[in-house]
Amino acid sequence: MDNFINRIFSKEPSSADQARDRLRLVLINDRTDLSPDALESLKDDLIDVLSRYIKIDPKLMRIDITQEGRQQRLIADIPIAGPLSRKY
Amino acid sequence: MSAKILTITSGKGGVGKTTATANIGAALAKRGQKVVCIDADIGLRNLDVVMGLENRIVYDLVDAVEGRCRLKQAMIRDKYIPNLYLIPSAQTRDKTAVSPSDMIRLCNELRADLDWILIDSPAGIERGFKNAIAPADEVIVITNPEVSAVRDADRIIGIVEAEEKGSPQLLLNRLDRDMVKQNNMLSAEDVVDLLAIQLLGIVPEDKAVLISTNKGTPIVLDEKSPAGQAYRNIARRILGEDVPLLDLDKGSGFFNRISSVFGSGDK
Repeated sequence: MDNFINRIFSKEPSSADQARDRLRLVLINDRTDLSPDALESLKDDLIDVLSRYIKIDPKLMRIDITQEGRQQRLIADIPIAGPLSRKY
Repeated sequence: MSAKILTITSGKGGVGKTTATANIGAALAKRGQKVVCIDADIGLRNLDVVMGLENRIVYDLVDAVEGRCRLKQAMIRDKYIPNLYLIPSAQTRDKTAVSPSDMIRLCNELRADLDWILIDSPAGIERGFKNAIAPADEVIVITNPEVSAVRDADRIIGIVEAEEKGSPQLLLNRLDRDMVKQNNMLSAEDVVDLLAIQLLGIVPEDKAVLISTNKGTPIVLDEKSPAGQAYRNIARRILGEDVPLLDLDKGSGFFNRISSVFGSGDK
């Protein structure tokens, strides 16, 4: 009961929740060998390449690694702002 | 007879591989199966004391591999359970005394005369671990509901899959139902969700395990111990029976979804 009351009044997630959330990130890291930093530079490179073909707003772009069973999936959600203005 | 080879491994040390090997072996033998447990941790002999057979060792795994004895001479008969045997590890410092191909050859020689060969793997991902999984038909990965153990289990699962041993089965050891209820321990559902492999069984935290290890008797002989019950159930699942999980976490339908994992028990 103590614990129940503590949980209602504290903002900190339970230690089990923290363990689960930390492990989720660590396992994605371990399985892909891709650090959060590397993921950021992947995102930057993607923006460079895509910008050669379409107009995108980097601020709206989302890129994540999700897990389906033991399979990791790179999901990119990139809203297209419009065509690049053509030069002819 | 043609034995099936089960390797029990974990990545992290101290999560209960040796206890699990001894008790799954004992539980299978109690059900009439002929079983040998092999301690593959060269240099750090452990399974013999857990099984209470430390005073009976004459020859060991390295003796058998190097031809100093016949295989049968290295098989120590259990004190309590007929049809249960141990091949102890060597205390030599040379960890390279045994190779993966030695293990495959040795297990192939043993197969004809047994139902099950259980291999207790050392911790880590080095030579001893490679020796332990080389001959395996199935791999059981043990973990505790604890961050470092789960992380290491994930690495091991990746390696076992890369070695084309198929997807290993998960044994979750030392789950404390009260701590799970208080939200201070990863639940079985959390661990299965993170590791994404099939659950073979859950062994609850149980002080009787240490007491039985102190005495060198298997916990599966203790009819009152929840851990003993869990290991007996695991053995039945390995034999292809459909045994529901112990009632550790009422209110979650998850625990009722586990079915037999090693097929119909045909070997």
